[in-house]
Amino acid sequence: MKLDRTSFITLIAVMGAALVLALLNQMTAAASAAHVPTYVIALAGKYLCFAMLALAVDLVWGFAGILSLGHAAFFALGGYAMGMYLMRQIGTRGVYGNPNLPDFMVFLGWKALPWYWTGFEWFGFAILMAMLVPAVLAGVFGWLAFRSRVTGVYLSIITQALTYALLLAFFRNDMGFGGNNGMTDFKDILGFNVQADSTRSALLVISAVVLCGQFLLARFVVDSRFGKILIAVRDTESRTRFLGYRPESYKLVVWVLSAIMAGIGGALYVPQVGIINPSEFAPGNSIEAVIWVAVGGRGTLVGAILGAIIVNFGKTWFTGALPEVWLYALGAMFIFVTLFLPRGVMGLVRTSAPKEPEPETPAVAAAHEVTG
Amino acid sequence: MSEGDTLLYLDGVTVSFDGFKALNALSLTLEEGEMRAMVGPNGAGKTTMMDVITGKTRPDSGKVVFGKDTDLTRLDEPAIASLGIGRKFQKPTVFEPHTVWDNLLLALAGDRGARFTLFARETPEEKRRIESILETTRLTDQRKRRSADLSHGQKQWLEIGMLLAQEPKLLLVDEPVAGMTDAETEQTAVLLREINKTRSVVVVEHDMAFVRALGVKVTVLHEGSVLSEGSLDFVSEDPKVIEVYLGR
Amino acid sequence: MPRLIALLLLIVLVLPGSRAHADDAYDALSASALAISPESFDSVRHGIEQLAESGDPRAAVVIGALHDGTLYANDDHALFIQQPDGSYVDAHTGAKAPDVTDDDVKKVRVNNAVRSAIDAALGGLQLFAPDAPTRLHAATAVFTSHDPAALPALKKALAKESDPAVKRLMEQAQAAALLSAPDASEAEKLDAVATLRARGDQDARSVLSALAGQSGPVGTAAAAAVVSIDHFLQIWSVAQSVYYGISLGSVLLLAAAGLAITFGVMGVINMAHGEMVMIGAYVTFVVQQLMHAYLPSLYGISLLIAVPMAFLVSGAVGVVIERSLIRWLYGRPLETLLATWGLSLVLQQVVRSLFGANNQDVDTPGWMSGAFQLGGLTLTWNRLYIIIFAFLVVAALMAALRYTPLGLRMRAVTQNRRMAAAMGIRTPWIDALTFGLGSGIAGIAGVALSQIDNVSPNLGQGYIIDSFMVVVFGGVGNLWGTTLGALTLGIVNKFLEPIAGAVLGKIIVLVLLILFVQRNPRGMFPLKGRAVEA
Repeated sequence: MKLDRTSFITLIAVMGAALVLALLNQMTAAASAAHVPTYVIALAGKYLCFAMLALAVDLVWGFAGILSLGHAAFFALGGYAMGMYLMRQIGTRGVYGNPNLPDFMVFLGWKALPWYWTGFEWFGFAILMAMLVPAVLAGVFGWLAFRSRVTGVYLSIITQALTYALLLAFFRNDMGFGGNNGMTDFKDILGFNVQADSTRSALLVISAVVLCGQFLLARFVVDSRFGKILIAVRDTESRTRFLGYRPESYKLVVWVLSAIMAGIGGALYVPQVGIINPSEFAPGNSIEAVIWVAVGGRGTLVGAILGAIIVNFGKTWFTGALPEVWLYALGAMFIFVTLFLPRGVMGLVRTSAPKEPEPETPAVAAAHEVTG
Repeated sequence: MSEGDTLLYLDGVTVSFDGFKALNALSLTLEEGEMRAMVGPNGAGKTTMMDVITGKTRPDSGKVVFGKDTDLTRLDEPAIASLGIGRKFQKPTVFEPHTVWDNLLLALAGDRGARFTLFARETPEEKRRIESILETTRLTDQRKRRSADLSHGQKQWLEIGMLLAQEPKLLLVDEPVAGMTDAETEQTAVLLREINKTRSVVVVEHDMAFVRALGVKVTVLHEGSVLSEGSLDFVSEDPKVIEVYLGR
Repeated sequence: MPRLIALLLLIVLVLPGSRAHADDAYDALSASALAISPESFDSVRHGIEQLAESGDPRAAVVIGALHDGTLYANDDHALFIQQPDGSYVDAHTGAKAPDVTDDDVKKVRVNNAVRSAIDAALGGLQLFAPDAPTRLHAATAVFTSHDPAALPALKKALAKESDPAVKRLMEQAQAAALLSAPDASEAEKLDAVATLRARGDQDARSVLSALAGQSGPVGTAAAAAVVSIDHFLQIWSVAQSVYYGISLGSVLLLAAAGLAITFGVMGVINMAHGEMVMIGAYVTFVVQQLMHAYLPSLYGISLLIAVPMAFLVSGAVGVVIERSLIRWLYGRPLETLLATWGLSLVLQQVVRSLFGANNQDVDTPGWMSGAFQLGGLTLTWNRLYIIIFAFLVVAALMAALRYTPLGLRMRAVTQNRRMAAAMGIRTPWIDALTFGLGSGIAGIAGVALSQIDNVSPNLGQGYIIDSFMVVVFGGVGNLWGTTLGALTLGIVNKFLEPIAGAVLGKIIVLVLLILFVQRNPRGMFPLKGRAVEA
């Protein structure tokens, strides 16, 4: 697989930044000017997990034309799978000291672990579930939706309804996932203290590696003949059908793959933020993920990563400095990007940087008009 | 008149939209290797007929048989396409973000499954076939261009080229020369006759000069059924046809 | 204790039937007021019952004081009532007792038996209240307690009662009390069973079911009555569910009607539609505040004024949105979706900045509050008005599209934009007005929703998914479909709720809807034709 320059730079930047932050956190004294505080490490790790979600959204929206307004559901499901593992690791250190049951189950007066918690004490099983559960949900949903040719905004709205239904479901105490409060107060991951600086730094580096892996996988998919067909499906679905392709199976494959990527992102997200609760299913979260992609540049993959980091950095800064203004800024961003920046930041980079070696051919210029 | 086996056979096909009969007990037979021109005023049912043959629209009643005994009404578009029926749309529809080369590559007959295409690499055989189609459609110089940047006529040819790449037994061509210059129209007629040497073709066209240039049997559709059939000269003398086109 | 024994004798001999003397009652109360023994409590209880029977004008005050714990007695067995300011009045006469201090008196104690006697007595006393609602209330209380002790009072009250509704309830109360009276005759009880069977509600059923297990004709009659009531209740509960369903459906319909225009007719995905509803609700709030300040005399009809105001304000906001944002995004539905979602965030934040994040109080006018009974149905006025209102709005909308010149132009533009433009219709202007119309309808919905939902910046968010579901379910571009879709969803929801619980019911409806939309992507009433595929 050949990598273009932008992709290469992105990979280097993500890995480099994660390593530098982690090293500066671990190798310098707390008082040193070069020291990176642990909250920055956790924040950076969170951004990278969001970047995985954005990558997943871009894969389906940018290349298959499926605007998912429910992708955060897959992210959250992955997160819950990891959360369940972390809950089981608490053991007797919970408030009630019950070796088998998480605190919230003791609180609800449950006597035994529900059957669907079986196996979550093993890390490998939890990781498998973090991928399998989103994959199965996406598979069933996608099989139904794509086969019956639900497309465009209809599909978007039912994906939103899907995450909304899950939101309501996870709020229920008797679902056995901690209800309203979700899961928190985690202690260990694979025997390492989740609160420890070294664990956090390690999680950041792991997130960076996984993100790069996901990026390479997504790159491979979209550059393959499969990816070309996907783009053809995105723009002229009926034509591909008359050529003998089955758009539904192409969409299903990329949809399930995307759900798995989001699930992995969620699984890495939970130990770094230390909590998972039903609000992760809120429809607003999924739509925010879409705006990350739109800001970065839809259908570029690199843009998804860039957008997730830029927007979330902005969010962190705004909610700290001017909390009132954040929603205005977010709302304005939605409007501005769709009206004036249809190619996102990547579009800006490509058009305003003449230093780029490849000359601006008429073909590229036309692409700006077509795919916008 | 008949020079081979029946390739396509429509019997009493009726399609109605909210009471309006787009096709009204349409019956039609196409021989293997035949080229047929379909003419008719707007709303005569030409496009709906193509929709029915390619599986886009299911008829309310009637039979559509392809080859010996394949019932097309039971199949969907990809299945029908895989049987060897290619379709060219009225408006040229090519994959605009892709290059001419890639458009042809995606159209080449072969495995359409996701598992195959995910790992597929271009084989020398595929390259050779694409080169030859480029030649036929006079697009060799354009191979690296994005198809969105092609002229209207070039897009039409690219689409015909994609049909050829599919290697169909039957080509359905909807208004191929709409919007073409006279020179392009002539070249298209030559191209279609060339194609007809190896495959059956159904052409829907308004342009009578073009139909004349093709010099094939003509079917006149009106209000969803066949009004007249025969050589161009024969149908243009037919009083029923004259009434529909000129009368009232 | 000799006086007490005499008193008890008197009660047994004289009651029920003849009027006891108030003085004796006071004596009975005060004599044992400060003692704490089972007998003394019995005596207090009888004193209360006697006092209630006596017709003494101060009876209600004294028993009320006992109920509130402000009845005191001194060592001489005189009773006093402590006033809110701490002073005392003589319980018997109501005269001020300035020389009584806290040290002189002790509180009269009660136990559970006494407490229920107090309640029954107060209920009995109110049976004679001058205003009908209080009597009705008292009769209801007696019915609920069905204490045989209230029987004499009921009998007397019934004799005097002229209001037919109150009278019927008193008869039912009497029947209920009779059934628990040990000394009632079988004939009386059978009559009582018949009365309760005729009443036929859950309360009657619970009284009767206590008897249903008994042997003898009364038990058999009660069992039969329970079966009959169950049957009756079942029918009414279905009717009630349907009503609740229609009520929910009408709310969905209101929320979705505007969307049926902007999304259904124009094809614009307006995620800020819920915010148009929210703006309508806030307009209602502002109109009420203004009228409260400047036009208090017309405050009662503030909602009627809010309806056109909300239409205008939300409609104007809609026109501005269409001109400034949506028109650049026609033909790009996914971009429209994102931009309008952003807009919804901004609008919410604007309202939050202006009015604060808290819920605002929107008053319900008198003519909309309360409820009434229709057979076995309990209908609240506000829900009923909203149902009627929803149908009026949809009817008006259909009429506007069908019969007004603007409606004609709107239909022309949506059916064939270029042709309409060629005919001299200014299509951009029509687009703006159509969008304004849909938004205005949403604003009107906001007025109605302000009556049943919290008026907060998040009001609209709760309706957006449901609204889209309704429009898609009903078939895009089809107001009849939207109406039927909303009602179907409402009713299905309300029938699932008792089976599955509110949240699970909603989830099931959502999942069913998702499955339905996947099966029929074009809704219940799809428009067919060549143009649809394009």
